[in-house]
Amino acid sequence: MRDKAYRNITIFFFLLPALMLFVGVLIYPILMSGYYSLFDMRSIRLNGTEAFGLGNYKELLLGIGTEAKKVGFLTLNLPTFGSINFWKALGNSLLLAALSVFLQLPLALGLALMLGKGIKGERTFLSIYFMPVLISTVVIGQLWRKIYNPDYGILNAVLELLGKEDAAHTVMPQGGWLGNVKSAIWCVFIPTLWQYVGYHMLLMYAGVRSVSPELREAAKLDGATDAQVDWYVVIPCIKNILRVSVIFAVTGSLKSFDLIYVLTEGGPYHATEVPSTLMISMLFLRNRYGMGSTIAVLLILLCFAFALIISAAFKEREYYGRKKHV
Amino acid sequence: MAGKNTFDYGMDQYQVGKTNKFVKVLFYIGLVIWAVIDLFPIYWMFTFSLKNNEEVYGANVMGLPKSWLWSNYAKAMTTGNMPLYFMNSIIVTVTAILISLIAALMATYAITRIVWKASNLMNSFFMLGITIPIHASVVPIFITLSRMKMLNSYWSLIIPYSAFSLSMAILICTGFMNDIPKDLDEAAKIDGCGLWQTFGWIIVPLMKPALATISIYTFLQCWNELMFANVFISDKKFKTLPVGIQALAGQHTIEWGPIGAALVIATFPTLFAYIFMSKSIQESFIAGAVKG
Repeated sequence: MRDKAYRNITIFFFLLPALMLFVGVLIYPILMSGYYSLFDMRSIRLNGTEAFGLGNYKELLLGIGTEAKKVGFLTLNLPTFGSINFWKALGNSLLLAALSVFLQLPLALGLALMLGKGIKGERTFLSIYFMPVLISTVVIGQLWRKIYNPDYGILNAVLELLGKEDAAHTVMPQGGWLGNVKSAIWCVFIPTLWQYVGYHMLLMYAGVRSVSPELREAAKLDGATDAQVDWYVVIPCIKNILRVSVIFAVTGSLKSFDLIYVLTEGGPYHATEVPSTLMISMLFLRNRYGMGSTIAVLLILLCFAFALIISAAFKEREYYGRKKHV
Repeated sequence: MAGKNTFDYGMDQYQVGKTNKFVKVLFYIGLVIWAVIDLFPIYWMFTFSLKNNEEVYGANVMGLPKSWLWSNYAKAMTTGNMPLYFMNSIIVTVTAILISLIAALMATYAITRIVWKASNLMNSFFMLGITIPIHASVVPIFITLSRMKMLNSYWSLIIPYSAFSLSMAILICTGFMNDIPKDLDEAAKIDGCGLWQTFGWIIVPLMKPALATISIYTFLQCWNELMFANVFISDKKFKTLPVGIQALAGQHTIEWGPIGAALVIATFPTLFAYIFMSKSIQESFIAGAVKG
């Protein structure tokens, strides 16, 4: 009996630090996010007289909000329309997600497959490709700001070398690469691609290397070419890793913040606004804490939903025998 | 396999397709091009950190600097406050690593080494943290911190950082701890060790490789983190490198050299560590992703 009590107390003490951190900083705040999202919080304190309900969600999703305005002696709750462009932000992050899945991941897969063939200098290539992943996004953002600089940036210098000054000159009058409404979203995507190809490549490479050599050998014996081996043997074998990569690319794009904040802060004219930058501007520029929480809640729900949808999509096509459990 | 490419299986003859030389050369070209694309911006950053504006602005855009202008680094150090930001980053990162290591080791011990009913449930509970984005808690933590007047302090970053590193740390710990044979615990018990002694004398010393992996992973997460640092810290005294660089870049809009120097200073520790531990760093990322 004493033994059991001793054991239970020990378990409790061993779990205590982790639980305090985990519940205090992750679980409790998430619940509070949900709670705050139901209030029209315009200061950090709930004063008990605030509107309670789905007002924030209505304003965010339908674009119809209310704002208290003083007209003479009266304070009126006047409707506002389209003051927060959530759909534009969501659309931008979905565009980034699509670009990641359809440009970044195939590139990463191609590199991983080429490296996986046991080419000379494999490790050196691998180490170089992975290097940008480790560099702080702020550093990368500042570096690319310099690259995009309309006057002295390296991008325009390279374009001039290639004899394509026109391309540089067409964006120049409209605020340069990052200041142009049309080019800005691409300028935000390219550094992301540059940085994270190495990450996805590394995951896929690890998968490619874990495909048993006998399997390749057998396929080759049956007369498969290299490309066929990759397509029919290697890619189906690393499906699990591809699923992880797709989930990371999509949820990562939905959550993207650092790079956009450094490069454009969501501008010009919301051309690169994403939900996270919108959330931060709710806190700092508008003091709308309830609305900030609402965006956070929707973001989490979207991430979970996409992760589930992607997993389901991968499961359906799993016709290669037994299911793998990770 | 090299050399012999035909196999005889009774009547049939099979030909093993060999990779075409031409295709192989194409592969190489592709790989090298991407390597150059990866390295060039980094090379450019190093070079413009040592140039004056004249060279950056056209005289010598891409080449090595003509005269190596180390004064840019001095400027980043003095007017840019880089030593302060650097120290702040180290204080925050190291403390966060220590806290999450200790908490993760203890929790993992309780979950994997002590037999009790809900241990699996507890493990799944902690694993929830891997999928939770930090965005989820920025607003409530900001509100709590500002009510407690704790914004602009080291703890306002250390506590969230260690909490958000915790799940991954427990995940990695579990993998390593499961590899330690349970017989050791039995032997320790027979020798009269209690649970605490077994933990302190047997398990922790055997967990050194796990500690390295977790530290690397946590270091990279915390060292580069921007959102929390940006929201919770506005006082210069507590700014970490990512926020500090943002401030510095706003200050030096005309002179490029000092900004380049600051970028290099912030990147240097990571790349330096990478040169020596590239394999274990890569492995820590694979471990984090495959199970996450």
